[in-house]
Amino acid sequence: MEAVVQQFFNLDIMLKSLPLVMRGLGMTVLICAVVIPLGLVGGLLAALGSVSHNRALRWASIAFVDLFRAVPPLVLLIFIYAGLPFSGLSLSPFTAVTIGFFLNNSAYFAEIFRAGLLSVPKGQTEAARSTGLSGGQTLIWVTLPQATRNVLPDLLSNVVEVVKLTSLASVVSLGEMLHAAGLVRSLTYNASPLVLAAGIYLVLLWPLIRVIARFERRIAT
Amino acid sequence: MTGFERFIDTFWNTAVLVRYAPAILQGVGVTVVLSLLIVICGIALGAGLACVRAYRVRPVSFVIVIYADVLRALPPLVLILLVFFGLPNLGIRLSAFTVLFLVLTLVLAAFAEEIVWAGITATPKGQWEAARSTGLGFTQTLGWVVLPQATRMVIPPLTNRAIAITKMTALGMVIGVPDILGQATTAQSFSANATPLTLAAVAYVLLFLPLVVFSRWLETRFSGGRA
Repeated sequence: MEAVVQQFFNLDIMLKSLPLVMRGLGMTVLICAVVIPLGLVGGLLAALGSVSHNRALRWASIAFVDLFRAVPPLVLLIFIYAGLPFSGLSLSPFTAVTIGFFLNNSAYFAEIFRAGLLSVPKGQTEAARSTGLSGGQTLIWVTLPQATRNVLPDLLSNVVEVVKLTSLASVVSLGEMLHAAGLVRSLTYNASPLVLAAGIYLVLLWPLIRVIARFERRIAT
Repeated sequence: MTGFERFIDTFWNTAVLVRYAPAILQGVGVTVVLSLLIVICGIALGAGLACVRAYRVRPVSFVIVIYADVLRALPPLVLILLVFFGLPNLGIRLSAFTVLFLVLTLVLAAFAEEIVWAGITATPKGQWEAARSTGLGFTQTLGWVVLPQATRMVIPPLTNRAIAITKMTALGMVIGVPDILGQATTAQSFSANATPLTLAAVAYVLLFLPLVVFSRWLETRFSGGRA
């Protein structure tokens, strides 16, 4: 028992690692602030493409979504970060993470938005068009709000997944929270910094998970 | 060399390809075995926990909910590093393969528990009452009446989640599991060429694209209850 406390819940080491881990948390938040909006926009565009009447656009969108849902995000990230430099294109870790997560998140958000768009009855579009709204206006004022509301729990739980995903950035040595915690662990040979990071992830994400659970229950009833 | 030749030489170099294809194929074997083990054990454990929760014994349910919440909130990579680097300090030595299997199985079980539990609670009350009134016990009702109906509802989300978790076997590369990505990054650093990474990406697409397409088909087929 004492060994467990010493190795996993060592307050001394946690306190010493706190400044570095907090700076890492700042980077984690920054990555999220860049990657989540980008993924939402990319996903919405791909979803609109996948339900479009233009066959080429529809197939291209579905191919994009399926391809990037099939490739593990870490593979994508390492391909961009470690593979592209061989062709003379060197990217900073942050740029590599942004591009990799943009492609991955867009595919996942697209799949959710697509389900939302398909859940809105056709009559809504027809009614909106017959009142004189243009196609674009119908989309913005009638279809999208309903589509988004129908899949809100799924969108939120994907946001949770994206926050968890940012931990992969540590592999390409971008100094986010896990990277910082791992660094202190390798210096102290003690797992407490990792426990500290895990605790912070819990504090950030547990409330969100509970909120989503409540949302899902309300929609189910 | 023209730009295009250079591109091909970097990402699809035949010499490198031939040399490292066997290693990556071995990696495919590791990824497939690991994925199957995780899916089978994770779903079995998760479904088992959901069934235990159905008995509504307060303290037991509480522990299950906490377990499911914590493992759904933590990034799997954090757990992998924590177990891989933490346990040896307590004198427990596990291979990288075992650590990856354990962590991903526990994570999948947490998600599976929530999904199966949602399926159990979504089964209409009348089904319970009718089954009990015919003389079936609680366990019989759960096993013969409720679970078969819940299974139909939970197959699409469970498939999606299982695919997402098995893709995370790629995280094993960080602790040195010789899976597809692990083999490819090793080969890439030996050959100083990106072709092994291209091969790895192709291998993942060949493995997972059919599953992704299949899961979409499942969703459209079973989409009765969901808005």
